[in-house]
Amino acid sequence: MNELRAILSDVVTRLFTERVTRELSEAAEKGEWPGALWQAIEENGLTLPLVPETKGGAGGTWGDAYVVVSAAGRHAVPLPLAETIVASWLLLAAGLEVPLGPLTVAPVQRDERLKLVRRDGGLRLDGTAARVPWGRAAKHVVVVDETDGRATVALVAAGGARVTPDTNLAREPRDTLAFAGAPVLAAAPTAGLPHDAVRLYGALVRAAQMAGGLEAILALATRYATERRQFGRPIGQFQAIQQGLAVLAGHAAAAGMAAANAFRAADRRDPWFETAVAKARVGEAAGIGASIAHQVHGAIGFTYEHQLQFVTRRLWSWRAEFGGESEWATLLGRSVAERGAETLWSFLAAR
Amino acid sequence: MPTFHFELGELPPAAETLRAEVREFLRAELHEHTPAQRARSWGGFDREFSRKMGARGWIGMTWPTRYGGHDRSALERYVVLEETLAAGAPVSAHWVADRQSGPLLLRFGTEAQRQRFLPAIARGELAFAIGMSEPDSGSDLASIRTRAERVAGGYRVNGTKVWTSNAHISDYMIALFRTQHDAAKKHEGLTQFLVDPKSPGITINPIIDLRGAHHFNMVVFEDAFVPEAMRVGEEGAGWKQVTTELAFERSGPERYLSSLALILELIREVGKVPGERAAAVVGRLVAHLATLRQMSLSVAGMLEAGQNPNLEAAVVKDVGTTFEQEVPEVVHALLGMEPTNDTGTHLQQVLGYLTQSAPSFSLRGGTREILRGIIARGLGLR
Repeated sequence: MNELRAILSDVVTRLFTERVTRELSEAAEKGEWPGALWQAIEENGLTLPLVPETKGGAGGTWGDAYVVVSAAGRHAVPLPLAETIVASWLLLAAGLEVPLGPLTVAPVQRDERLKLVRRDGGLRLDGTAARVPWGRAAKHVVVVDETDGRATVALVAAGGARVTPDTNLAREPRDTLAFAGAPVLAAAPTAGLPHDAVRLYGALVRAAQMAGGLEAILALATRYATERRQFGRPIGQFQAIQQGLAVLAGHAAAAGMAAANAFRAADRRDPWFETAVAKARVGEAAGIGASIAHQVHGAIGFTYEHQLQFVTRRLWSWRAEFGGESEWATLLGRSVAERGAETLWSFLAAR
Repeated sequence: MPTFHFELGELPPAAETLRAEVREFLRAELHEHTPAQRARSWGGFDREFSRKMGARGWIGMTWPTRYGGHDRSALERYVVLEETLAAGAPVSAHWVADRQSGPLLLRFGTEAQRQRFLPAIARGELAFAIGMSEPDSGSDLASIRTRAERVAGGYRVNGTKVWTSNAHISDYMIALFRTQHDAAKKHEGLTQFLVDPKSPGITINPIIDLRGAHHFNMVVFEDAFVPEAMRVGEEGAGWKQVTTELAFERSGPERYLSSLALILELIREVGKVPGERAAAVVGRLVAHLATLRQMSLSVAGMLEAGQNPNLEAAVVKDVGTTFEQEVPEVVHALLGMEPTNDTGTHLQQVLGYLTQSAPSFSLRGGTREILRGIIARGLGLR
């Protein structure tokens, strides 16, 4: 870990440990925007790790961003931090300015499209996007549309949409945004992004959030197993519990490697394969890991009172968002099959 | 909370140059090998192949040149290993010595032992077997009873070793014997020895595996003499040494590649444009494979940095063997064709071999349960 990453890691861990309290998490689930926490994170430069320092960011890499995004997952931070990072990346790729404040991306659903149209002397946005993360809370929405075979990135004010609120299992906002001729604040075509950039980079950050979440539930379950006593000893002394936690540890380790490797690939500007691998692998780990963590915790982990659920409910939603394991595995399988068995190993060994 | 730590590994450019050389060599050497032969990989024993690997400088790569080694980095060695295993090369005539017996001698052997054995191992001329398990001692290795009693000039050995792979075709065996008896201190009083399996008093009886193949043996010691000079390390230091040796054994990239031949046959079978279900199955396997390679590379990076990644290696081995064991199941669930011994298609034969070999993946070198116990200890649970 390089110096910037070590510093970032210290800062985010301290900030999230101190500020993401139970009260804050509960209030966020009831729909309250944790504005003070957002401000603290923004003031520490953590919302824009990829943006150059001259433009108000931290001037870091995706590898640095991994530290922030995985920590946000580990601490179940109820803010659009991952979404803001992806949105800022899309804007940067198109050479656009990155505004301060929370950002989100749209559309996030497969086969949905928000259309950029030239009308009334300007560029406008039409269409409806469902399940937009933090749609109601974001200041701006970053949209990718395909025009003339090229991805065009556009920035619109979130106020330009009619918002129908909804949530995911963890009661994070997943809102429907309807745009009818919303004015586009800035837009530019970019050759550097694939047309599915929102789903791709969305999957990338969800993989890192889940990897962080798996670390958290491994730590929670391990601690619980050393504290909870039954039959006169800590339950962690029973082999059945030890074996379960070892399996969880393996999945958490695999998840961390897969996600970190995808962020490294993003720094090479070639993240498709590693992101598909990560979303498929980490999503599987999330399902199995959550199941083991709950089993170890017994009934107390099934209560709202216990903090385990803040993470596991997120894992269950995140693994499906921006494409679940089966979708990414199918895409991955098709690309591998097309390349053929002869090249599989040399392809893997070159990554 | 004590825990493990994985960092992304990175291979230096020199390792990639080496990779190209290794691939070229393997392409020439193995061009006649069928998929079913490649599936055997480290079950394959071929002294000529091992000598060629030695001649290339690809055995004992990280050992000092004064012992016949090549002073290469752990990452260069990693590249040679992953390429030979991915190609399904028959490595077992040098593999055990390269992986664990050689490093053990380098660390704990006498100067005379190093000079005598290491250069020959590095040339690919010496095959080693491992004598640890006994009829009454498997996972509970510290309960072994084969005794080595001091006699003039050495030790007299009595007892039985079992599951000793390739003892019948190996040049030496590194065996763990009990040199002291104290029931209360079973981890003490264990000592390692270099044993010539052709010595008087040693009988090697084959044990045929479920496929009908012979690699296992039962090795019976009846007043067998082992010279003092063949003791490895101090008397009573055996447990610590064996633990170190098993850590060498667990840290390699072989712990997820055993079923690669079947994944390749599966990809050939589903074709360039697979249906959705087949694509999802292939994609999931590749997602696991690619992730395990990064995990394995991470352990290699830690070894190169001089760290001691015992816990991480146990994690990779557990995740890796679970994966390689799952592959024949997944292929069966998708395709359902009958696995065969030595008739039928390449896919059927590879499936047949791996279906029958898979149970051993989570037994050899420490069972899944023992490994998970090690991981649990690393988590602070025991």
